[in-house]
Amino acid sequence: MEENKNQTLTDKIWDIFSSVKFAVVIFALIALTSIIGTIIEQNAAPEKNIKLIGKLFGDSLAPTLYNAFDFLGFMDMYHSWWFVALLMLFAANLTVCSIDRLPLIWKLVKEPVKPLTDEQFKKLGKKEIALKGKTEKIKAAAGFAIKKAGFKFLETKEVDGYQLYSEKGNYTRLGVYITHLSILLILIGAIIGIFFGFKGFLNLPEGKTYSVAFAQTGHLTPAQEEDMEKIIAALQSVEGSTLKAAQELGMEEQSLKLKMKRYGIRPLGFSIKCNDFNADFYSNSDMPKTYKSWITITENGAPVKINGKEIQEIEVNTPLKYKGVTFYQSSYGLTPGGWENSVFKFRVTPKDGKTEDIESGVEGSFRIPGTNLTGKIENFSPAIGFDQSTGKLFTYAEQMNNPAVLVSFYENNKRKYGGWILKRSPETWKLPEGHIMEFVDLWGIQYTGLQVRDDPGVWVVYLGCIVMSIGLYIAFFMSHKKIWLRIIEEKNSTRIIVAMTANKNREAFERKIDNMFALLSKSVEGGK
Amino acid sequence: MDSSTLFGISTMAYILAMIIYIAYLAFRNSQTGTAATALTITGFISQTLAIAARWSESYVQWTTMTPESSAVMSLLRSAPLRNLYESLVFFVWCLILGYLIIEFKYKNRSFGAFITPVAGIALAFIGLSGMPKDISPLVPALQSNWLLVHVIMSFIAYAAFAISFSTGLMYLIATSERQEKRHVFWVVFSVFAILLALISQSPDTIMLWIISFAFVIAVDIKQNIDIARRISSKKEGNSGGALKTTLTVIGLSLISIAAILIFIQLVKLQIIKADDAAKLRHLETAARASSFTGNIMGIVGFIFFICIVLIKYLILKKEYYLFWTLNSGIFIFVLMAMGLDFLMFRVMGTMPAQDGGVGLKATLLSHSPVIAVASYASLTAFLYAIWRYGHILKKMISGINISTDFLDEITYKSISIGFPVFTLGGLIFGAIWADQAWGTYWGWDPKETWSLITWFVYAFFLHSRLLRGWKGKKVAIVAVVGFVVVIFTYIGVNLLLSGLHSYGGME
Repeated sequence: MEENKNQTLTDKIWDIFSSVKFAVVIFALIALTSIIGTIIEQNAAPEKNIKLIGKLFGDSLAPTLYNAFDFLGFMDMYHSWWFVALLMLFAANLTVCSIDRLPLIWKLVKEPVKPLTDEQFKKLGKKEIALKGKTEKIKAAAGFAIKKAGFKFLETKEVDGYQLYSEKGNYTRLGVYITHLSILLILIGAIIGIFFGFKGFLNLPEGKTYSVAFAQTGHLTPAQEEDMEKIIAALQSVEGSTLKAAQELGMEEQSLKLKMKRYGIRPLGFSIKCNDFNADFYSNSDMPKTYKSWITITENGAPVKINGKEIQEIEVNTPLKYKGVTFYQSSYGLTPGGWENSVFKFRVTPKDGKTEDIESGVEGSFRIPGTNLTGKIENFSPAIGFDQSTGKLFTYAEQMNNPAVLVSFYENNKRKYGGWILKRSPETWKLPEGHIMEFVDLWGIQYTGLQVRDDPGVWVVYLGCIVMSIGLYIAFFMSHKKIWLRIIEEKNSTRIIVAMTANKNREAFERKIDNMFALLSKSVEGGK
Repeated sequence: MDSSTLFGISTMAYILAMIIYIAYLAFRNSQTGTAATALTITGFISQTLAIAARWSESYVQWTTMTPESSAVMSLLRSAPLRNLYESLVFFVWCLILGYLIIEFKYKNRSFGAFITPVAGIALAFIGLSGMPKDISPLVPALQSNWLLVHVIMSFIAYAAFAISFSTGLMYLIATSERQEKRHVFWVVFSVFAILLALISQSPDTIMLWIISFAFVIAVDIKQNIDIARRISSKKEGNSGGALKTTLTVIGLSLISIAAILIFIQLVKLQIIKADDAAKLRHLETAARASSFTGNIMGIVGFIFFICIVLIKYLILKKEYYLFWTLNSGIFIFVLMAMGLDFLMFRVMGTMPAQDGGVGLKATLLSHSPVIAVASYASLTAFLYAIWRYGHILKKMISGINISTDFLDEITYKSISIGFPVFTLGGLIFGAIWADQAWGTYWGWDPKETWSLITWFVYAFFLHSRLLRGWKGKKVAIVAVVGFVVVIFTYIGVNLLLSGLHSYGGME
């Protein structure tokens, strides 16, 4: 780089941004700062990181240091202004580097291959063979061989023979540009997602319908939380229409929208209902096997058919997409206060009768068809366990890992027998008289935790990924190859000198040419 | 034969092959070479059979636990790539396959001595860390075909990076020059041995090692400052040199502070995981008392160390043979000490620390002064031997018919295969899978972030070849550092940090 006193400020800035050194510095900064973000837990409860800092710097300094780091943005560093600025610098550097070098590369791409002079052949010539036969025939054979190798060639006449020359793969020099462009595409897609996208969650209890989803917000005051409840209730009643909800609440639609943004409430534009949720486990363990939600989407009061079905299934790795919003199976749990409205579902097979599905509310009793028995729900545990040491039953989890219901069976108002029926243990379904009472589900007590996402930028990112794969392939596995064959007529033979260049994978190209020449020798010597 | 027996056979075969490859390097007897290759192939076949056996065991378990699955689905879901153990085994398999291809293509057995140790250490690590090897069914998030593509391509890339690591390391050894006199070495270690005999119970002894490097380099830096003065006095108007040096030193000091503090405390965390309350309290008190002094001494010492080495290395462009030999010597010794720790825990019936770390309690930090001093003595002898005779390794490598240019070329070639495969299979497919499963293609999860860092390091490698002066040695260092980052991405993140990808957490 020349230190030119006539360089303007813009020239100097361009020089910095177009240097590979600058790129390397930015890479290094992004990499090093990213490392910090993996050690300091991002978006975590302050206590966790204070504890971590205490281990490194001493407990007395920890809270102060935590506040300092928080102020600098390290607790959510990947969205901090300086990290985003680094990414922007990276993008700018990439763009400037590409533009800066494009003219030269374009020249190399576009410049047609020219025949070599004899001195150039002396310098670049790689291989020489002498073949017996008429020059014309050998030229034709050589031409055929080059064509077979995939090169369309040009021909000139020389004083003592001919020269065949060819090139291919000029455009592969642009592979690097395609790769760099793809990085920019991905960054653009990410930005579109950040500014125009929505990422949130929806905990949907069994049986409930929601028309909004929720994003993480900062801390809300109790007054704000109450306000938020009011808005949610209003939106629920009008299937998410902000206009109607604003009318109901007596405010301008615009101010309602602002409040919703503040509280992280996003109207879906349709309603989603959880018909049922189920978590299956591998036998004899609490390791989850599948989580599945059965969902119905309604719009304007009527259920929507997707793929001809009204009920959609959402599983991990199989999300549900509708109108630009995607729902992912993320978690599940027990709805607080869901007990009262839940329904026990049993499947009864009396000793000599047919199987019937029956339901029972959580209080009260229910008849068991095909028998004289009535059942009464005494107790329920979402995850029942047996403590060997005390001989007592206890609930070991807050999830429906091993649901069990304690039922007492009455005949003629007298308690006949009772016991725990476990959903996952068929042995517990057998009643003394030979009836089978399967505990199918306690419906209404679980909620399905769905991750809700609307990302208009994701397609740009995917496009960027495809472009990157293409660019990498071209940049690494394809090259710009040139070949020159000098055919010299001599007394009884014809001499061929080969020169070739390739901007990558030279040995592979050389080997290919060697093979081509072996074939050529054989075909000429073998007589044609 | 079941899969674990077959794995055991392949582990032993690779470790034996490693020894015979080293013997081949030393004696260059062609029968030794053939034996080494034969052993490697045996190990590879055994490992292939082991993977097939494990797949079938998994398949049986999957069909039993998930009878509703179709045969094709069961086959896909039971592919042995589902946890740390299976993936590590697959990594070794890819590495050996890649190496065998190189050996046959270039008809050269010399790489074997550098690649089989990587395979051996990886397999030994499986034993040392006590990681679970049982076949367990997949949780819902992993029940996806993306798992197969993502994992297979990532490990092919890791194997390519491992090869570039080996050739890069060979390059560095082949081009290193020994300069220090013996007295430099002994100055360091006399100071050391006395200090350590006195304080062998303290958790901060490791930090003292680092300070001692400062002494080594201090003796040496004087000579270099003299040389630098001579050079700069010859050039006119080169006032920028001193400023550049100062700025670099300050900048590097700031980076070093964070690095050493994290390093010291990570080491302390391991030691503090004692197995009974009384010991724990004792160690905690000792740790707290020494932590402030330890930290300050550590910071000063390490900054001094790093800055001086880097000044010498990058700015004055000189070799640092002592640096490399001491570091690799300590690394190997600590690995062996950890192995002894593991054996001791096995014998005594207690479990190694949960997050995979062991506290050197069997050797350097043993409560028995005799064992501790003996350990330090053997460490000293070991390091001296490596420093003194490490040069022989260089002669061995130079004696082989591989030019350093060729090593440089293989390093570049393996990275130019590994990088696109890693980008597509690791980053891109990982992002697409995350998008399908969790709704975010990029969440700055520690594993994802460290993969990105790995990507940047190798992108840096590919671009650094365009920088002036970055040929050969510096580039080889990037290749070596890149693989260290790969190891951290692969294992360190799982064991030390927490997140969606994790098996352990840093508590």
